[in-house]
Amino acid sequence: MAELSVDLVSTDRKVWSGSARSISAPSVEGQIGVMAGHTPILAVMAPGTVTITDPSGRPFEARVTGGFVSVDDNLVTIVADEIENIG
Amino acid sequence: MAGGKQRIYKQRVASTTSLQKVFRAQELIAASRIGTARTQMYATEPFSKAIKAAVAAVAMHGHVKHPLTTPRTDTNRVAVLVAAADRGMAGSYSANIIRDANTLVEQLTEEGHDVQLYVAGRRAVTYYQYRGRALAGQWIYGSDSPTLDVANEIADTLLAAFEAPADQGGVAEIHVVWTEFVNMVSQTPRVRRILPLEIVDAVSATESVDPLYDFEPSAEEVLDALLPRYIRSRLYYFLREAAASELASRQRSMRTATDNAEDLIRKYTRLANQARQGDITQELTEIVSGADALASGH
Repeated sequence: MAELSVDLVSTDRKVWSGSARSISAPSVEGQIGVMAGHTPILAVMAPGTVTITDPSGRPFEARVTGGFVSVDDNLVTIVADEIENIG
Repeated sequence: MAGGKQRIYKQRVASTTSLQKVFRAQELIAASRIGTARTQMYATEPFSKAIKAAVAAVAMHGHVKHPLTTPRTDTNRVAVLVAAADRGMAGSYSANIIRDANTLVEQLTEEGHDVQLYVAGRRAVTYYQYRGRALAGQWIYGSDSPTLDVANEIADTLLAAFEAPADQGGVAEIHVVWTEFVNMVSQTPRVRRILPLEIVDAVSATESVDPLYDFEPSAEEVLDALLPRYIRSRLYYFLREAAASELASRQRSMRTATDNAEDLIRKYTRLANQARQGDITQELTEIVSGADALASGH
């Protein structure tokens, strides 16, 4: 199965980067989940928790204060204003 | 009496030596900070790249007009942000920035614009205050290690000015004058217009044109959220870049100053030695001629 290539960046650094099975992010209209093959989307994020599940099924969670998510051709970029890393 | 010249030269050597210590300390401080400054500068790149790509995507697929991308015609006021250093001891760093800023201001004034100055960095603030120039905004913010908070504050002030109505001091354009960090030995003052945005590099950014782009909640609102972030991240990057440039410039000029001090110390030490030798020779001559006079007197 195809995988997502994910970059999680905050204003002053790159927080997480790698391939993932799925991601879940808090959009302003509710939690969105993205897996490989998702249509291109650009969503504004609300404060909440971003979960990135890597190919082995291990989740990586980070609390964000806002930002946006862009998905294009299995390339996911999560841009957060502030990230509190909660592992 | 002999000794006057010697004393003056020795004083010069002593004062130059203590100055040299200051220069060397500044050079070392700058050298130790520049690594961090560069890392921090490059660390902001993923964020600005991501934002740029996203703005490009909205511009490509959203077909929306946004105030931040539309030129304003209702006012001839324009804002210029000058980012200089808080402290001197960086050679011509601040002077170069101010010179370029003045050129820009003149040019804009000739084009019939009313220029509002926003100034960051104590050197530039005092420069304009001394000349009685009214400043629309000023920040003394620790220019060699700018924080995100300050960058956001500056960005928000500029955005507010751009979004304000014409009769409340709104501005039609925002230009930034800062110093680009090319590499360790080369830093160039640059001028860029950051508002209104020009989304021209949009087409090259995304190679595959996909008509099915979803925006949540809508293209307009996504753009609303994106553009201020874009401006903030640009400004943060500019300030970071200016900080790295300032430190590089300081390190270089303090090294030159240390070397020059070294030359001066050598020169004055030689002069002092010469003067001392001269004094000794003169005293000897006096003694010998005195003895001669005594001997011939008998």
